[in-house]
Amino acid sequence: MSNTTVRFMQGNEALVEGALVAGARFFAGYPITPASEITEGMSARLPLVGGVFLQMEDEIASMGAAIGASMAGAKCLTATSGPGFSLKQEGIGIASMMEIPVVIVDVMRGGPASGMSTLPSQMDVMQARWGCHGDHPIIVLSPATVTECYELAIKAFNLAELIRQPVIILSDAIVGHLRERIELPDPSTVKIINRKMTDKPPEEYAPFEAGEDDVPFFAERGTAYRYHMCSNVHTEKGFPADTNNAVAAKLITRLHRKLDNYADEITCYKFFGAEDYDVLITAYGCVTRAARDAAKALNAEGRKVGVLQLQSLWPFPKAVVAEYAAKARKVLMPEINLGQLIDQVRLATDRPVEGLNRCDGAEIRPEQIIEKVREM
Amino acid sequence: MTNVKDYIRQDKLPHIWCPGCGDGTIAGAMIRAIDACGLTKDNTALITGIGCSARFNNIMDFHTFQTAHGRALSYATGFKMMKPEMDVLVATGDGDCAGIGGNHLIHTARRNIDLTVVMINNQIYGMTGGQYSPMTPYPSIASTAQYSTFEYPFDVCELVKAAGGTYVARSTTYHINLTQKLIENAIRHKGFSFVEVISQCPTNFGKRNKMGSPYDMLMKQKEMSVTVEQAKDMSPEELEGKIVIGELVNRTDRKPFDEVYQDMVRKALAKKGEKL
Ligand SMILES: Cc1ncc(C[n+]2csc(CCOP(=O)(O)OP(=O)(O)O)c2C)c(N)n1
Ligand code: SF4
Repeated sequence: MSNTTVRFMQGNEALVEGALVAGARFFAGYPITPASEITEGMSARLPLVGGVFLQMEDEIASMGAAIGASMAGAKCLTATSGPGFSLKQEGIGIASMMEIPVVIVDVMRGGPASGMSTLPSQMDVMQARWGCHGDHPIIVLSPATVTECYELAIKAFNLAELIRQPVIILSDAIVGHLRERIELPDPSTVKIINRKMTDKPPEEYAPFEAGEDDVPFFAERGTAYRYHMCSNVHTEKGFPADTNNAVAAKLITRLHRKLDNYADEITCYKFFGAEDYDVLITAYGCVTRAARDAAKALNAEGRKVGVLQLQSLWPFPKAVVAEYAAKARKVLMPEINLGQLIDQVRLATDRPVEGLNRCDGAEIRPEQIIEKVREM
Repeated sequence: MTNVKDYIRQDKLPHIWCPGCGDGTIAGAMIRAIDACGLTKDNTALITGIGCSARFNNIMDFHTFQTAHGRALSYATGFKMMKPEMDVLVATGDGDCAGIGGNHLIHTARRNIDLTVVMINNQIYGMTGGQYSPMTPYPSIASTAQYSTFEYPFDVCELVKAAGGTYVARSTTYHINLTQKLIENAIRHKGFSFVEVISQCPTNFGKRNKMGSPYDMLMKQKEMSVTVEQAKDMSPEELEGKIVIGELVNRTDRKPFDEVYQDMVRKALAKKGEKL
């Protein structure tokens, strides 16, 4: 018999629950609003389940400790917001290159710089894609509800382990702090993925030799599998080959192909509203909530409006957006920034795409969207 | 007698170091110390950042990873906490450890986590071509100080001591037997242990500062060194420009980090038990 527990929870708290159910047993972080509840939550919970919580000296060290713990085989989480997210970029690049699973939460607040520490934004959506240097692959998921904080935390860990890849959860000050009802499933019913282990003997093992899915196999540390890993371009054995064009091309294209191979597992979205929509609203994160309310009201007055909520932002679900946008006359992309993800939507469709933006630290409200759609 | 070759990945030779570089000598001492302490290859991790000295673990046959410049101690902290049964060592340069990684050094020492750090102080950024480091003596010539440096270095052992490091020692490549002995003591020590080894970079420091051959640079180390015992009777003026070698700190009054962590876990579980 599986038991569902009903709780009233904050988004940040639900994210902690999800991470623990997914198997997170290591957390390293540094305090920052509006992400501190995740750090505090992990500090209270991990010691009780045989895990390790560390408050590090900064976000660079937090990333390093999380990656180091994952190299030892643990599932690791770290959480931050804008200023700290900037400091984590170095480690995100290292984890991509060294193929170390790690989940990074950025509870977005208003920026740039110290910005607006308690107010929401979606200003880091391009940074999540390209914040660290080099041609690195990245997976970014974005929750809009407390339940999605829980679900996407589990999904983030599963993808990180499956693809041996850092995964970013882009939450925001609204989703992180709001409280709502959540039904927590019996943890034993939740599907958990662990990184695949090698079945080769130590002499034949190469830490970056990939399987058919382009993902390498892990080997337990502290055993006869003594192997090297480095953050330079490296051979399958893990040793630097940073002047070898052929090795570089093979490695870097494989890193990206891994994500292509698992595109179906990564891509996630939801649709709300009228199936025969005239205007399609594409939204993510907290703005989804306003978009849904707006669509409901507009549909009640006889307008035909659909909402496509993108839960996976990177790799950008271009095909999904193209398919949904093709059925619309016009597309609206509201974002709490000056227009970041809208460019991707424009690249996906030939339908006219209009933006609705603000950068004052306030949320986008349903009335704003309603007004805008009426003009479209 | 240690057969150093047993610990070397033969297929990774030749190494990248210049003739006369101190890195190979220190790597040899480190291997002999590891062997003397009876650590096994399967149970030992050697973690590094970036630099000539970070290339130690390319050729050493342990569980090895080379991470980001300055961050080896952060990675090692996470790794050690999840693999407390493994022996974890870090090899690092003066730029890696005392420059870009300086903040991590302070806090890793403060936590007293059971890691052994060997900082190879060649007083320069070797790998990138001889820019001055936080350890470059004043005044010196460097590729970014072509007329003279204009900053003072600092005593990194004093820093580690002040931060709470429970084992701190210094040696030189000239005093290689002492270096080996101190690394052995550091490995056996429970808690954060730090050994600074003054080394020579003939290519990017010696040549520019007209310090002669690698042999001359070693003789200079010998000349400048005084033991901890000798230093006790010397005034600050007399100690100016000297290298104090030997054990500087050896404290056993603080538990290593993972034990303190487990003490907290026991409190947490007891508190949870009370609630139930
Ligand atoms: C973030 C970052 N900044 C700069 C560099 C370039 N870099 C590589 S090695 C190095 C200096 C290494 O000096 P040190 O740590 O003293 O080691 P050595 O090479 O002298 O052994 C620098 C600046 C880098 N790799 N990463
Ligand atoms: S540049 Fe200096 S530190 Fe680097 S290998 Fe050459 S001599 Fe050694």
